Amino acid sequence: MIKVGIPRGLYFYKYSTLWETFFKGLGAEVVISDKTNKNIMIDGANTCVSEACLPIKVYFGHVMNLVGKVDLIFTPRFTSISKNQYICPEIGGVPDMIKNSIKILPKIIDTEINLRKSYKNSWLAALRIGEFITGDKEKIRNAYKDALCAYQCERQVLKSGVLLDEFRQDSTQLRIIQKRSTKLTVAVIGHCYTVYDSFTNMELIKKLRGYGIGVVTLDMLDYFESKEKCKELDKMLFWDYGTRAYGGVVQLIESGEIDGILALTSFGCGVDSFVDELVEKKIRQESDIPFMKLVLDEHSAEAGFCTRIEAFVDMIIRRQTHDTNISTSR
Amino acid sequence: MILTFPHLGNAYIIVKALLDDFDAEYVIPPFNNNKTLEIGSKYCSEAQCLPFKLFVGNMLQAKELGADAMLITGGCGPCKLGYFGEMLKKTASDIGINMELITLEVPDQGFGELATRVKKVSGTSNYINIARVANSAKKVAIHIDNLEKLARVKRARQLEIGSVDKIYRAFQNDILNIKGSKNVLQLIKQTENELNKVLLIENARPLKVGFVGEIFTTIEPYANFELEKMLGNMGVEITRKVTLSQWILNDMLRKGLHLPKDVSHEKAAKAYLGKIVGGHTHHTIGNSVIHAKDGYDGIIHLYPLGCMPEIVSQAILPAVEEDYQIPIMTIIRDEMTGEAGFTTRVEAFVDLLKKRREEHTDGQNKLLYGY
Repeated sequence: MIKVGIPRGLYFYKYSTLWETFFKGLGAEVVISDKTNKNIMIDGANTCVSEACLPIKVYFGHVMNLVGKVDLIFTPRFTSISKNQYICPEIGGVPDMIKNSIKILPKIIDTEINLRKSYKNSWLAALRIGEFITGDKEKIRNAYKDALCAYQCERQVLKSGVLLDEFRQDSTQLRIIQKRSTKLTVAVIGHCYTVYDSFTNMELIKKLRGYGIGVVTLDMLDYFESKEKCKELDKMLFWDYGTRAYGGVVQLIESGEIDGILALTSFGCGVDSFVDELVEKKIRQESDIPFMKLVLDEHSAEAGFCTRIEAFVDMIIRRQTHDTNISTSR
Repeated sequence: MILTFPHLGNAYIIVKALLDDFDAEYVIPPFNNNKTLEIGSKYCSEAQCLPFKLFVGNMLQAKELGADAMLITGGCGPCKLGYFGEMLKKTASDIGINMELITLEVPDQGFGELATRVKKVSGTSNYINIARVANSAKKVAIHIDNLEKLARVKRARQLEIGSVDKIYRAFQNDILNIKGSKNVLQLIKQTENELNKVLLIENARPLKVGFVGEIFTTIEPYANFELEKMLGNMGVEITRKVTLSQWILNDMLRKGLHLPKDVSHEKAAKAYLGKIVGGHTHHTIGNSVIHAKDGYDGIIHLYPLGCMPEIVSQAILPAVEEDYQIPIMTIIRDEMTGEAGFTTRVEAFVDLLKKRREEHTDGQNKLLYGY
């Protein structure tokens, strides 16, 4: 049986179910790299150019973690994952960066995924990826259908407020998800690969939960509504993440049920340098929701990180209890 | 309405010719200097890239001169440049100045919106007239680039150091005093003649260095500490394939009109880079390969901190370096880069190239290779 390795990084955190179901449907054995740990991060940082952002370095580490264990490594070349929009150019170039930086590599699947013009390209990409493993077109079609179905189911569940890893740990049948009975809710906006990778973000979500705070991520918000909200900008953002973040924040402000917004970004992220700026301005101008930006890199110290989160949480709680005496948020 | 525009190397000459032909009112912001960057950094978040900071600086300095509308180009690629217009608008409103941003691109609203924007600049909706003026601006762009190229070649071979710079500086001074594309073209011709008269070292065999990287930092002399001049006066011939006219013709006009364009760099980059990543990654990789094949002595790669596409190039270039045995140096520029440090690195690189060439000619092993 062919062993296909999937690095646990970048868009894995979004499409893991899709990819796993697809490759299993094709009859391949799926090997996923270990959860991010210190060694993976150090390996990645040593191999990758130092200017790249943290998620890319971590991704390099994951690829190296798979070398020797698998026959094929799945590192798709993302150009676009939604209509008329691009993703970050660094992710677009990551397969080339890997090919030219890591010397010993098994064969890699670097099919282009470009849904900029049409969503049908997703099937074409699946066909090309499938051909690496099997020649049976019917099998690929079935695997693709199953994968799509599983992915859509997962998205539906995520929208109701569960986090990805929680959902996956739950091996029993889908439970009825109740709205969490937390008093405070904080939105964490950021790329899926920083928000869901609990090592790189130093367990931010677990920490927030520990304070009894409910967490909302961008995956819990409706994408099409976000896209609609983005029309208030004179020029639509041409990054997929930008649309999700800006539209998501507008939705959050309008709902009025959010007590704080945390922006999680990695140092040197070019998309965030614009998007976070826009988002911050929007929040500061049109609401009094507290906002804090957390920047991650491979040197981030956990103590300092904790202090900032603690201070932020204390501030939110105090706003609730002493609401006549609110500190200025802007 | 008084127009202005950001600086990008000699782009001001092209835009000046264009606006003069339209009889538009405009001011040229002061040339990029430390003050410009200081102003820009003050109003931008630190994560913003160097070109954006300089654009903001240009905007504010032009405002002081009375401008109230800024002309920039746009795009919708994955590179940040496409969103500069919007961000500049937001920055202007944050600072509290009144500045209209005219982005020359096909916007979401379609061609009609583009036509109104063009009309704002041209003041006429006579399309034949607009096309004629645009054509002469294109001509200026091509001639300016040829002049720059000539200056680079002559500078590396000049007998007396500084003689080319003198002529070139005079040209840059005179150009501000004349109007219209016709006169500009004439002055360029005149300068070319003067450059051809410069005394040269006979049988000079200067070192040849290719200059690749992000378009803004490679073209704008302030952003690269006048690298072309610096290397030229060291007796090194520098070649930059990404030029303004090439950008306007190939990437904006031909691509926009779906005409066949020059893809030599894409072909050369094919072994290293699959599909588009945005920015000038294809140019950087492709031109490096072309330079290497042409027998250049070395390549300098320059980009501003936080430029996403060029990080991809930087990761790929070592493979080119190894495959073609050509030294490549990557320099990253941000507002903290000191000129002295920059010069030292360039000088060291040139020394390495010199020794390397001597080694090839004498056949003696004198030093380690550049990678």
